[in-house]
Amino acid sequence: MINKVVASAEEACKEIQSGMTIMLGGFGLCGIPENCISELVKLKVNNLTCISNNAGVDDFGLGFLLQHRQIKKMVSSYVGENDEFERQMLSGELEVDLIPQGSLAERCRAAGAGIPAFYTPAGYGTEVGEGKEVRVFDGKPHILEEALTADYAIVKAWKGDKTGNLIFKGTARNFNPAMAMAGEITIAEVEELVEPGELDPNQIHIPGIFIQKIFKGHSYEKRIEQRTTRKKD
Amino acid sequence: MALDKNGIAKRIAQELQDRWYVNLGIGIPTLVANHIPEEISVDFQSENGILGMGPFPFEGEEDADLINAGKQTITAVPGAVYFDSATSFAMIRGQHVQLTVLGAMEVSENGDIANWKIPGKMVKGMGGAMDLVASADNIIVAMMHTNKRGESKLLKQCSLPLTGVGCVKKIVTNLAVLDVTKEGFKLIERAPGVSVEEIKKATEGKLIIEGDIPEMNI
Repeated sequence: MINKVVASAEEACKEIQSGMTIMLGGFGLCGIPENCISELVKLKVNNLTCISNNAGVDDFGLGFLLQHRQIKKMVSSYVGENDEFERQMLSGELEVDLIPQGSLAERCRAAGAGIPAFYTPAGYGTEVGEGKEVRVFDGKPHILEEALTADYAIVKAWKGDKTGNLIFKGTARNFNPAMAMAGEITIAEVEELVEPGELDPNQIHIPGIFIQKIFKGHSYEKRIEQRTTRKKD
Repeated sequence: MALDKNGIAKRIAQELQDRWYVNLGIGIPTLVANHIPEEISVDFQSENGILGMGPFPFEGEEDADLINAGKQTITAVPGAVYFDSATSFAMIRGQHVQLTVLGAMEVSENGDIANWKIPGKMVKGMGGAMDLVASADNIIVAMMHTNKRGESKLLKQCSLPLTGVGCVKKIVTNLAVLDVTKEGFKLIERAPGVSVEEIKKATEGKLIIEGDIPEMNI
């Protein structure tokens, strides 16, 4: 099997440069590549275009990159819960492209699947549809959305093997598989890295062919954004 | 008396049918899960990637890898399944989810909905709302009949940027249940003790009243 293992986030990210477009998996703070985000802060790369469903919170996730003014443009579906984000957006320092969540996921998936564009009903008749080609199928208007590509996709999985096969846990899967497929180069950070053959091929969520570099991450904080509980009776 | 948020949720729960897959938005829609009639079984989909969403976890049992689209910690019921975002919206766009319940700032008499952006204020984004409203067969809006300034949220035409066009089928407010028809908002039920006059006064869009309007049974 092809060995994709690199030693660390540092080695995985060393060729990432200022001005690049980077996809980052995760939904809210769930399933985000914590190790690589910290590494991008250390690398001090800037003018990044980040494609990610959300933009983290002030002091965690992509919020770190915003704090250090490393992001030029965010492509997301929802960006609340972040004061620094709001400040940079309102002052014009940060460009923001808001995309319906399903279109964002499908635009990533399409890029990875060799589909340059597709029609979707989402956003028709709204400002999202402005300037986009409209076609009616079955009596219903759809807009043309183009695939989204990135120099790097950075994803986080629960388990991975040395050849890049990945398994996710719970709802931490979210955007990670579609982005893994879309990256020119895809880096996967995993909680557990095992030998090829140790993962059941029947249970793998993303085949290693989509992954170029994999490493075992460490010190996952896995911060909870909204801790909601109920009391035992 | 006008309903509170839980009352609205309780009335919407009566619309659910056995074996439906249901997507509940943030806010009042989330409360619908607390009022499901015992005799039916429904599964809740959350667009971040779970079908079979259960209640909040017990204290101390929260799992950072298990949240809903509101980023709240949740549990999974037996038979639940996790999936990625593209698959999740395939379920939604592909109309495999039978009902979407979501909140709104404005709804127009032709079923347009606005719920994601107020010009001049911080724009947080549409999340999955545009995909949901563009695709769902059956959309129920849960909202208060008027805004904080007392102005109607059921309008001839939405004034805010739209989330979707001609998509809302039914509205349940603190005052009434209304169907969105080709002719306008058709009054179906009144909240207990609320008069047709009160509903008329609170509705800017075209309101159709045919015969006696019954009170909700909740």
